[in-house]
Amino acid sequence: MSVLSVRGVAFTILGVSALVAPLSAHAQNADAAEPDKLWSMADRYWGEAVMAEARDDLLAENGDMKTSMLMFDRLEWQDTGGDGTLLWDFQGWYGGDINKLYIKSEGEVSLEDDEIEDAEVQALWSRAVAPFWDVQAGIRYDLEPKGRTHAVLGIQGLAPYWFEVDTAAFLSTDGDLSARIEAEYDLRFSQRLVLQPRIEANLSAQDIRDIGVGAGLSSIEPGVRLRYEIRRTFAPYIGVEWQKQFGNTADFTRADGGDADNIVGVIGLRTWF
Amino acid sequence: MTFDRRRFLQTSLGSAAAIGAAGLLPAWARPASMGNMGLPALSGTDFGLTVSKFPVRINGRKTMATGVNGTVPAPLIRFREDTPIRLNVHNDLNVDTSIHWHGLLVPFHMDGVPGVSFPGIKPKSSFTYEFSAPQNGTYWYHSHSGLQEQVGHYGPIIIDPKGTDPVAYDREYVLVLGDWTYTDPHHLFARLKKNAESLNFNQSTVSNPKGLTGMWGAMRMSPNDLADVTGETYTYVINGHATADNFNMVFKPGERVRLRIINAAAMTLFNVRMPGLPMTVVQADGLNVRPVETDEFQMGVAETYDVIVQPTEAKPFAFVAESIDRSGQVVATLGPRPGMRAAEPRIRAVPVLTMKDMGMDHSAMGGMSRMDHAGMDKAGPDTGAMSGAMDHAAMGHGDMTSGPDPFGPTVQLPRVEADLTTGPGVVNVAAMPVSRLDEPGIGLDTVPHRTLTYADLRSLDPNPDMRVPAREVVVHLTSNMERYMWSFDGVKFSEITKPITFMEGERVRMTLVNDTMMPHPIHLHGMFFDLVNGGGNHRPRKHTVVVKPGEKLSTDISADHVGDWAFHCHLMYHMHAGMMQVVSVLPNPMMRRNDPVDAAMARQSTEDAP
Repeated sequence: MSVLSVRGVAFTILGVSALVAPLSAHAQNADAAEPDKLWSMADRYWGEAVMAEARDDLLAENGDMKTSMLMFDRLEWQDTGGDGTLLWDFQGWYGGDINKLYIKSEGEVSLEDDEIEDAEVQALWSRAVAPFWDVQAGIRYDLEPKGRTHAVLGIQGLAPYWFEVDTAAFLSTDGDLSARIEAEYDLRFSQRLVLQPRIEANLSAQDIRDIGVGAGLSSIEPGVRLRYEIRRTFAPYIGVEWQKQFGNTADFTRADGGDADNIVGVIGLRTWF
Repeated sequence: MTFDRRRFLQTSLGSAAAIGAAGLLPAWARPASMGNMGLPALSGTDFGLTVSKFPVRINGRKTMATGVNGTVPAPLIRFREDTPIRLNVHNDLNVDTSIHWHGLLVPFHMDGVPGVSFPGIKPKSSFTYEFSAPQNGTYWYHSHSGLQEQVGHYGPIIIDPKGTDPVAYDREYVLVLGDWTYTDPHHLFARLKKNAESLNFNQSTVSNPKGLTGMWGAMRMSPNDLADVTGETYTYVINGHATADNFNMVFKPGERVRLRIINAAAMTLFNVRMPGLPMTVVQADGLNVRPVETDEFQMGVAETYDVIVQPTEAKPFAFVAESIDRSGQVVATLGPRPGMRAAEPRIRAVPVLTMKDMGMDHSAMGGMSRMDHAGMDKAGPDTGAMSGAMDHAAMGHGDMTSGPDPFGPTVQLPRVEADLTTGPGVVNVAAMPVSRLDEPGIGLDTVPHRTLTYADLRSLDPNPDMRVPAREVVVHLTSNMERYMWSFDGVKFSEITKPITFMEGERVRMTLVNDTMMPHPIHLHGMFFDLVNGGGNHRPRKHTVVVKPGEKLSTDISADHVGDWAFHCHLMYHMHAGMMQVVSVLPNPMMRRNDPVDAAMARQSTEDAP
């Protein structure tokens, strides 16, 4: 399936056609200018039709190129005991400077129990609203646990002093409201050796007993990862992360025989294309 | 010079390495060790050019090029001023191509920009360019299609004067500077869109933290952002030769050697110097300038400079082209014997940007206040009798040139202030842009020898048009480095709603304000920029003008040639990202009769148009 049709389908699913209106604003402008054209003096030498085609190509080629990216920010093994846990966390996007389709996914596989513990995928329309900030809206589907679906509204971008920030609020089909805040910072020791402090915080407006989440600040995961950029696009890392749960979330976890306060070592790969 | 066995060995190896690169090169681009003893005085009126994909060897490594007649650079095209010529271009590619004659004042439908001046040259078809150039000097040509210029589609042009050349020389060489990449340029561009700093291996670190905190960190701008594409991927070349390939030239001691230097790189501004050998600049952008001796100059992409050197000592001299971000360089040799190799100097320390580059230098307030004084110069530049005195004044008060417009008109110009669109594509608008004409360029302000600045340039001939401009058009150069967005006035080319319009016969001032952190070589097709640099009626006239970060620079333009003309940043990926516009010079019914271009247009439109 082509990327274009992926975008088309996603937009339809998201039902954000009203939000997409700005996408076609330029096309409308161009139509409005059509009687005069933007410029046309060469038409009389070479013909109107061929020049119109070349003019459209030139305009599209200089400013309207579409790009895509796939970034595995964390692809790691966590030393959670026994065989440990595999974690993935990636974002992919396709689009122009202002409008992009984002696919985000993260999840964990317990090698000890040989099962997927958490897995979610998000499809978001992302729109640049300021030089460093995108507003993102779309859906999140939880593959595990259960098949919950959420509406997503978030902000992603670069805060002053180079902090990468990714925040989102989630409203599930059951009416549960939750939020996630992620922030990262790249501290370069050299052009290739980078220490990345990272923190993730999860909040919930209510107890959601069946997925073990309590109201309030449910968990934080501060960590540091030290990566070596063999290439800028390919960087293995090692690190350590504190996985700390609070309040009812911690109680639920302990009641299920889990550990609400862990410090784990990690080893992984950060790579992008 | 005594015989040096080691040097002899190096020389032999150098020659051997060069054979691979030079085997297919045209004579002028070959090193002296391959028989190039200076430029052959070739001239002609009919040229056959075939654009195709072919393998080349750059820096010893095999790679694919898209270029003209199977060589990188493309063949030297040499003809005489005012002589009608025909250039038949055959496109052997599977995609469209084109050739733009950079700096040549040709009828606009021969200018070679697909979508502006003609439809482009379709695959497996031919197109014949016909024109005569009303000018002489060193120019160049390149593709205006896709990103072909990056992969070898560029070559030099020499137009011999119809009269005597005011520049005397015994021998001449053409030096075409380039930045070669073995990576697909579309891939490179996409990479910049994904992460604009990923090719910069001079980023702020814990031990070199400027940029992480303070104003820089707050604004998310980097003082180490000197070039988007760096030596990480580029191999810098002279006539297709990397340093190892040693493009070598010969001279006899005492000879005046003319070097015609063309920056045909896609993205690289070069610092050019010949350690131990002063260079006398005699031409800039194809137009002769009053000779000015210097030791180093910074060259924007698409600019050309002709220099005269006169080595008296029989020893090899290095010709060094160092990239502005000092991530790489290329060295050629001018020696008394073929095949010699000059010692390569070390790459110098990397410069760091300042608040002035952000357009926020408070100490430059003095420069701002001089704007008011500009109007006090009662001698308008159109009064020829006063211009000598004005030149004198400019010499006597060097700092006059640091005002934005020291020789501006006495009356306030009606100004078309840029309708600046801010938004995600514009990070910064220079709060206090200043004139930087008297600065040599980023990183050259602290070198321990003479440097050339735009303020030093004086046209050899009096300027043909000394009218006071009737109005001023202000264009902002805008960007968001984080998203790799580049534009004029905050609007990408793909989203413009109207072109810039001039009226035929109009004298207009174009003021460029650089709101970005990078120098931009801005190129206007079909017209010259008369640089407002305090030069009276001997201002340098340029086809490409470098606007430094945080700079406000004015040029006067005579809109003589009716047509649609491309106007863009000559950093290829900036243009590709949208830093482009079209300038439409609209026919003026009041002056249609005696205009040869119009006559040609009228004839064409009635007889030849399909």
